[in-house]
Amino acid sequence: MGKTRMAKTGNEAMAEAIRQINPDVVAAYPITPATEVMQIFATYVADGLVDTELVPTESEHSAMSAAIGSQIAGARTMTATSSQGLALMYEMLYIAAGLRLPLIMAEVNRALSAPINIHCDHSDTMGGRDAGWIQIFSENSQEAYDNLIQAVRIAEHRDVLLPIMVTTDGFIISHAMEAMEIYNDKDVRDFIGTYKPLQPALDYRKPITVGAIDFVDYYFEHRRAVAQAMTNAKDVILEVGREFGRKFGQEYGFYEAYKLDDAEVAMVCLGSTAGTGKDAIDNLRKRGIKAGLLKLRVFRPFPAEELAARLSGVSQICVLDRSDALAATGGPLFTELLAAMYEDRSEHKIINRIYGLGGRDIKVEEIEELLSAQVSAAAGGKSIDRIAYHGVRE
Amino acid sequence: MSNLKQLATRRAPLCGGHRACAGCSAPNVVRQVLMASADPVVVGSATGCLEVTTTIFPYSAWNVPFVHSAFENAGASVSGIEAAYKSLKKQGKIADEKINFVAFGGDGGTYDIGFQSLSGAMERGHNLLYVCYDNGAYMNTGIQRSSATPRGAMTTTSPVGKVVQGKQQQRKDLTACMVAHEIPYVAQTTPAHWRDLNAKAEYAFSIDGPKFMNVLAPCRLGWGFPMELTMEMCRLAADTCFWPLYEVVDGQYKLTYTPREKKPIEDFLKLQTRFRHLFRPENEHVIAEIQQEVDRKWERLQKLCTL
Repeated sequence: MGKTRMAKTGNEAMAEAIRQINPDVVAAYPITPATEVMQIFATYVADGLVDTELVPTESEHSAMSAAIGSQIAGARTMTATSSQGLALMYEMLYIAAGLRLPLIMAEVNRALSAPINIHCDHSDTMGGRDAGWIQIFSENSQEAYDNLIQAVRIAEHRDVLLPIMVTTDGFIISHAMEAMEIYNDKDVRDFIGTYKPLQPALDYRKPITVGAIDFVDYYFEHRRAVAQAMTNAKDVILEVGREFGRKFGQEYGFYEAYKLDDAEVAMVCLGSTAGTGKDAIDNLRKRGIKAGLLKLRVFRPFPAEELAARLSGVSQICVLDRSDALAATGGPLFTELLAAMYEDRSEHKIINRIYGLGGRDIKVEEIEELLSAQVSAAAGGKSIDRIAYHGVRE
Repeated sequence: MSNLKQLATRRAPLCGGHRACAGCSAPNVVRQVLMASADPVVVGSATGCLEVTTTIFPYSAWNVPFVHSAFENAGASVSGIEAAYKSLKKQGKIADEKINFVAFGGDGGTYDIGFQSLSGAMERGHNLLYVCYDNGAYMNTGIQRSSATPRGAMTTTSPVGKVVQGKQQQRKDLTACMVAHEIPYVAQTTPAHWRDLNAKAEYAFSIDGPKFMNVLAPCRLGWGFPMELTMEMCRLAADTCFWPLYEVVDGQYKLTYTPREKKPIEDFLKLQTRFRHLFRPENEHVIAEIQQEVDRKWERLQKLCTL
């Protein structure tokens, strides 16, 4: 396996991954600090190093819209953005997922306005956390590069077919030079394979209608299928991470545990802070404190059970959130981890029923049935699922 | 140009059974535009009446590939489809054959919320035809005013009240905005002038680059006329010069229809309940002002055609 060790910033690493992936179409719009990814990639297009059609749109909304059109047409399509740019795409993020398009995005985390600020936090990515995109965070340039290559395989897997964003931290990773390994073009291309769209719109001999209107009779089923794809992504992410390890040397999972086995206190974080955190853990250990770290790599799908299991022996956990949900209940990583760990430790039993999507009615007797079933399960009757869909055709 | 017999033998790109209102002109516009293409077409659409009435899942009225994703992005969306075609063709991943790309949007999705997306697509030079079916208001959401709504028209957001009666502003001249983009082809027409529409669409499909057609699409519900008068409304719009038929080829203006006798604007207004209030004595000056504006624009257009 050929590798070249070189120094690259996060943006350079992502641009290099995109060059090697050689997407059919890239549609993008400039925004700090992600601008450079497309700037570098544009030189590859100008020099004929890639086959890509570059569509430099007049806004991020149009960038995502063009990317969606391109992917529907049957082309492997990528984009890059940050912050307000991602926010301008939010409407289209949901649509990309709902239409089951394996788009790939390089997202450089940056704070959202107001006040306007160009530096790193995770508010932008967190704002899209319920949009149906797979979200993978990176600690450094190497991970950004590795994650983007794996993203192609994950998104395009037949059990998944969901869009995916790989994030770096603005400036901290995007503009910081680090030593990393770049793999040979051929090895990367062999790993990602060629894109075979299921029903490309360009195939006019088999015309399809994309983006039809659903009423109460079908919407819930289609959204249920998106939810299932996100659940399926868990296995695929692990499978691709293992295969990547076999081929390139570094295996990837949902998270990285650092000195966690005997830890009495642990920090949990996303992205570049894990690097800083590892130094802190080492210092604390020298002072006799049994500290450890869990760096979450995959935020969507949220690996709740796996995290709860891995952290079950740790009595003190500090969740570092680089964004605030402004819900008066803490940051998004905190609330989701709290929910994941609650199940094991609480005397209360809370279950979840997702119902009524797309306007489907819920009736009095259905609510009665839901609560009766739970009461009966608690009394030793028929067991019920913790999370389930109510009123959908499975 | 294809004759009626030839057109009649082409497979309808949009079949019957869709749920558009009786008397709706949008499906006529779509059929006439797409049947002018001898090559395969791929269609994109903004959210709107056309999209919701033709794609109620699990049914589709489309016999050609049809792509809809959102309201304000038909220009960008079809840009992406066209870019995919170029890339895949260049790489030999699809057959080297001509496909025509067409975007449809109503006036809301084109003049207003999709204006930027349309402008970007035209500026980037994508090889596509954008067709606005202009019914002069947000008809799909229940007749709200748009920037295409003519002055004086009553809509649900420009109602006739005690103090304010109908839309106070002139409509945006989108066709002129598109001419200002200096694209190779811009045209304005109506489905009642089917030979004119067909010739324009055929020409648009015959040249490379971005093309724009603004097609008047009377809405019997929003305008308030009997459903059998749809095509008559188109003819009156052209004969009063409210909606002149012309084209701009590489910047060169050309009238494609000159009414034998220019009819007074009242002839167009009086058949529509959205203008009924203008015929009250206190509003007569508004009709006079609308006539002045029509005359001013008609004269200007005639001058442009002599340049």
